[in-house]
Amino acid sequence: MSAFPQPLTSIAAPLLTDNVDTDTIIPSREMKSTARTGLAAGLFAPWRYRDADTRAENPDFVLNQPAYRRAAILVAGRNFGCGSSREHAVWALAEHGIRAIIAESFAPIFRANCIRNFLLPITLDRAAIATLAGKEVTIDLARLTLTSGGVEHRFALEPEAQEMLLHGLDAIDLTLQHAPAITAWLAQDRSLRPWVYELAPRPLPATTEPAR
Amino acid sequence: MARTLFDKIWDAHRVASLPGGADLIAIDRVFLHERTGAAALRHMAELGRRPIDPARVFAVMDHIVDTRAGRGDGTLMPGGEGFITETRAACRAAGITLFDVNDPRQGIVHVISPEQGIVLPGLTLVAPDSHTCTQGAFGALAWGIGSSEAEHAMVTGTLRLARPRAMRVRFAGTLPAGVTAKDMVLALIAAHGAAGGAGHVVEFAGDAVRALDMEGRMTLCNMATEFSAMTGLIAPDDKAFAYLAGRPYAPDDFAAPYWQGLKSDRGARFDAEITIDAARLAPMVSWGTSPEHSIPVTARVPQGPARAHDYIGLAPGTPLAGTPVDAAFIGSCTNARLADLRRAAAILKGRRIAPRIKKALVVPGSMAVRRAAEAEGLDKIFTAAGFEWRLSGCSLCFYAGGESFAQGSRVISSTNRNFEGRQGPGIRTHIASPETVAASAIAGAIADPRDYLA
Repeated sequence: MSAFPQPLTSIAAPLLTDNVDTDTIIPSREMKSTARTGLAAGLFAPWRYRDADTRAENPDFVLNQPAYRRAAILVAGRNFGCGSSREHAVWALAEHGIRAIIAESFAPIFRANCIRNFLLPITLDRAAIATLAGKEVTIDLARLTLTSGGVEHRFALEPEAQEMLLHGLDAIDLTLQHAPAITAWLAQDRSLRPWVYELAPRPLPATTEPAR
Repeated sequence: MARTLFDKIWDAHRVASLPGGADLIAIDRVFLHERTGAAALRHMAELGRRPIDPARVFAVMDHIVDTRAGRGDGTLMPGGEGFITETRAACRAAGITLFDVNDPRQGIVHVISPEQGIVLPGLTLVAPDSHTCTQGAFGALAWGIGSSEAEHAMVTGTLRLARPRAMRVRFAGTLPAGVTAKDMVLALIAAHGAAGGAGHVVEFAGDAVRALDMEGRMTLCNMATEFSAMTGLIAPDDKAFAYLAGRPYAPDDFAAPYWQGLKSDRGARFDAEITIDAARLAPMVSWGTSPEHSIPVTARVPQGPARAHDYIGLAPGTPLAGTPVDAAFIGSCTNARLADLRRAAAILKGRRIAPRIKKALVVPGSMAVRRAAEAEGLDKIFTAAGFEWRLSGCSLCFYAGGESFAQGSRVISSTNRNFEGRQGPGIRTHIASPETVAASAIAGAIADPRDYLA
């Protein structure tokens, strides 16, 4: 996964349904290994295919329409990405080539997963979103603007998320710069709340592993 | 200054304030399962990273395990065994405590965490599972995250988070007979929408919440994610402390002033408040493809999105009660604890499911729940009524490509999500309380459980 392609210009594929859930974005049955890759073919499988097994396409689904097959921007409705926490939804979208989603709102876990994978979640009001559907849109992440048909919209993003997406920063590496503060906090907390750290369980039955 | 319970937990866990306005929040417990946890463990190992304190990380096999007797690592989902064997190997390598497939403590992550005393009041606990909010019932700040964030929490002991707003949802009054925590939360989501809690941590309060047992409180908090809230929580009281005291990983008692202070101060300010009169609630059943599409069982299907009507096959104006169902499912982190099984069994006792019901499953939330239910003879009531009695796991709360309902089935289900395809391609799910599932299985159609109360 790499930093956000700045600036990004793409046609905006309209998927203006509310409450699009992560089970629809990537059904559980399409999560076939513990890897973060190999998921693009399962993206939106219930809507994208007439038959998920044969992968016979449903020509009506937006990402199967010639104009939108290579779209890097999706425009969506309210509460996009609700449901399961599966990050596979974001991995599948990114692997397919989606780099930004413009929606009325996002489910919180999905939105956090987007940022960790440098997929840009933009929140705009419903009326503005309607004007973008099917249009060419240019997103300037440095300026926090998007333009379409000569009209410019501003959008909000936390400064940290903006930095991470622009530069492809790894959150764990960033946080490990605070290791001394974390160590000091843990030492102090251990004396305040020892029960958090003293985790020798009482006697329990031995773990039995399944027969093969 | 008066603070909410959420404020107190957040402030107590702030390690640093980050440039740009986020906070670095200490995470006390990480819980993994084989489905999304495996991805976190694999990526962590590939990058040569290790948990900062593996003793505070736990894992369980629940999502795709076989729930039939005599199970091993094999799954009905094609290729599922790899998730199980990889998770086991990764936990062993990282020193993480694992509740394995046939461990007597095995069960659904959010059921066994309280059973083992792993969640405690005042803790921060995260899991790569959206229903982690269930554990907020004990006054912990517990929420679902992605696999990358699970890795971050394991490796650094922290998460980088923007502070959410605080909402209080107060259920005033007393619930009528036959109306449960499931109906409370479905009524909330139906009234305020599936995004109604967006940006907030929700504290559930009020007399009807206080009156719930811990199982009911877990059901209520479980569906905070279906409200788009970061999580839900309930101030711990003597019921919560009594539930946890002496559990394997919990303190022996909760008498110290610290525990008693875990509640919102009088006069604490919430950014949003909702009050619902519990006395006016009825058993709720979903009619469509989002939990916000829920109505009292006695109501008619309202006008909703055309797509939802098409998928579920119910036109606006249709009475929901009397809609024929083909299958019944009692299980999931929402409604598969002992109290849930008792209430369903009370309705099923001496009765049989309708002949048109082709599949009826009870999947206990944990193996401990299963043993306790068997000790009371609940298993015999379920099997005599025509239900299958399974080993614990997430089972058919979702379709993973293995076991399924018959094609085109309409299912009455004690689970949390009625999304298109959630329980299988084309499967039409109606979510409801366990007693509504039991009553509907007997009737062979969506039914009002109050008609079956002794």
